[in-house]
Amino acid sequence: MPFLELKNVSKSFGGTCVLKEINLSIEKGEFVAIVGFSGAGKTTLISLIAGLLKPDSGTVKLNDLEISEPGPDRGIVFQNYSLLPWLTVFENVLLAVDQVNPNWSAAKKAEHVEKYIAMVNLTPAREKRPSELSGGMRQRVSVARALAMNPQILLLDEPLSALDALTRSTLQDEISRIWSDDKKTVVLITNDPDEGIYLADRIIPLTAGPNATLGPSLTVEIPRPRDRKAINHDPHFKELRRDVIEFMLNSRHDRHVTLTKKLILPDIEPEDLGLPRSLGNPRTRPLRKHEIIEETVEIE
Amino acid sequence: MNQSVLKKLDWLLLPLIGVGVVLLLWQISCATWAKELPSPAKTWATSKDYVLKPFEKRGEMDQGILRFTWYSLTLVAKGYALALIIGTPIGFFLGLSKTFTKTFDPIIQVLRPVSPLAWLPLGLVLFLSAGKNASELGALFTIAICAMWPTVLNTAVGVRAIPQDYLNVAKVLKLSRTKTLFKVMIPATLPYMFTGFRLSLGIAWLVIVAAEMLTGRPGVGGFLWQEYNALIYEHIILCIITIGVVGFVLDRLMSVVERRFKTA
Repeated sequence: MPFLELKNVSKSFGGTCVLKEINLSIEKGEFVAIVGFSGAGKTTLISLIAGLLKPDSGTVKLNDLEISEPGPDRGIVFQNYSLLPWLTVFENVLLAVDQVNPNWSAAKKAEHVEKYIAMVNLTPAREKRPSELSGGMRQRVSVARALAMNPQILLLDEPLSALDALTRSTLQDEISRIWSDDKKTVVLITNDPDEGIYLADRIIPLTAGPNATLGPSLTVEIPRPRDRKAINHDPHFKELRRDVIEFMLNSRHDRHVTLTKKLILPDIEPEDLGLPRSLGNPRTRPLRKHEIIEETVEIE
Repeated sequence: MNQSVLKKLDWLLLPLIGVGVVLLLWQISCATWAKELPSPAKTWATSKDYVLKPFEKRGEMDQGILRFTWYSLTLVAKGYALALIIGTPIGFFLGLSKTFTKTFDPIIQVLRPVSPLAWLPLGLVLFLSAGKNASELGALFTIAICAMWPTVLNTAVGVRAIPQDYLNVAKVLKLSRTKTLFKVMIPATLPYMFTGFRLSLGIAWLVIVAAEMLTGRPGVGGFLWQEYNALIYEHIILCIITIGVVGFVLDRLMSVVERRFKTA
């Protein structure tokens, strides 16, 4: 039985079907990456798993229990960090710890918070507020907060897409390290196929929206720990990347919009000057025709 | 060299020039078209007792200017506190509930522009039974009801402007309703609330003068009205300047507090 299971999940907003018949099953301890274009409905998908949104049809199950509301058993790292700006790093993490383990002593809570702040290498910044931190540091706090809740599954919603390339790769390595220590089930949503392949056990492309759905699941058979430099020359990596990108691009090319438009021609036809004119007869009037031509245009 | 020194003294010199220009206009006015207007020098001569011995009490309506200011400020503090205590929760309800907004927003919009001069008689009537305290309670009522609107409206805007991200955090952590309120919503609204508090304080200070003038309570406004009746026009100017300076100082103090919360 899969740990996380989505069955025929669909979700629309205001008449537009964003996600259509999503089927996904993830085993315990797996790291799965879902790659898609921006605007394809990636955040909607993770919100459904988080319980922040409810599917219009289909079911989302974690541990065979249907997800109906958000809860601390699913730790989320949002794209925009979502830290509370009036709390320090320590307090932001403590808020989560406090909520999950209300019965712990203050000392135990503090120790737990320190442990996770140390895990993301932020101990020197523990008394700083989010506004004093760089984007990468904020995202680390967000990761620490999610992990400190000790969730059954970690949901990462484009956690690194707002960061510069260098910080991004550092944090990728950090996520990879934390995952290999912790072996949590992770769902990573990303728009970068390389990131997905580098981090995940499986990578699943999401077709372009609307009506986005998941493509074939591709297993990443690159042994861990993975070497960022060596991986670029790995034929399997290249092949995977080609497959994922091709699938995503094709999903976009498949979308043909047909437009039927009516073409209204001018209500006149030129006089045929080739006809002989006879003096006696009045000139033949130009022919008039109401003509409407229907034509179908295909737009990519 | 000389110029850079001048540049550094900008902050002092330019305002002084401004004051000088106004004093000059004042002097010209009282020499030409406003014969009854006391000149700056005469104003100072008549008022200096009140300014130089600011805390002296010679009689009920004959006290140092800071002593009068102090009376006014204590009354403002009470009325202002009342305005905040009532206004902040109303603002929160307005921000949180669409039904509440639809129900009460029209009333608020109608009551908001009513002048303090119109509220005061009603306040006095409301507390008629209080006897001796009627004028104080009436004044408090007027200050509270006039000063609370900026707090109400700014708090409501602040609550509506809480980013969905913060609320998502509260949902994911499954914070209880009270915890969401105290740990997320109130801190997120504080900057807006303080803007409202600052504007409310400004209004409370405006209202106190009107309230004192009408009730004849000792204070800056009461003194102003009394001296108008006693035809001592120099003291009217003294009161106007005092009211302006105190209002300015209060506003500065509040914006310091406000800025402190803006960064949070």
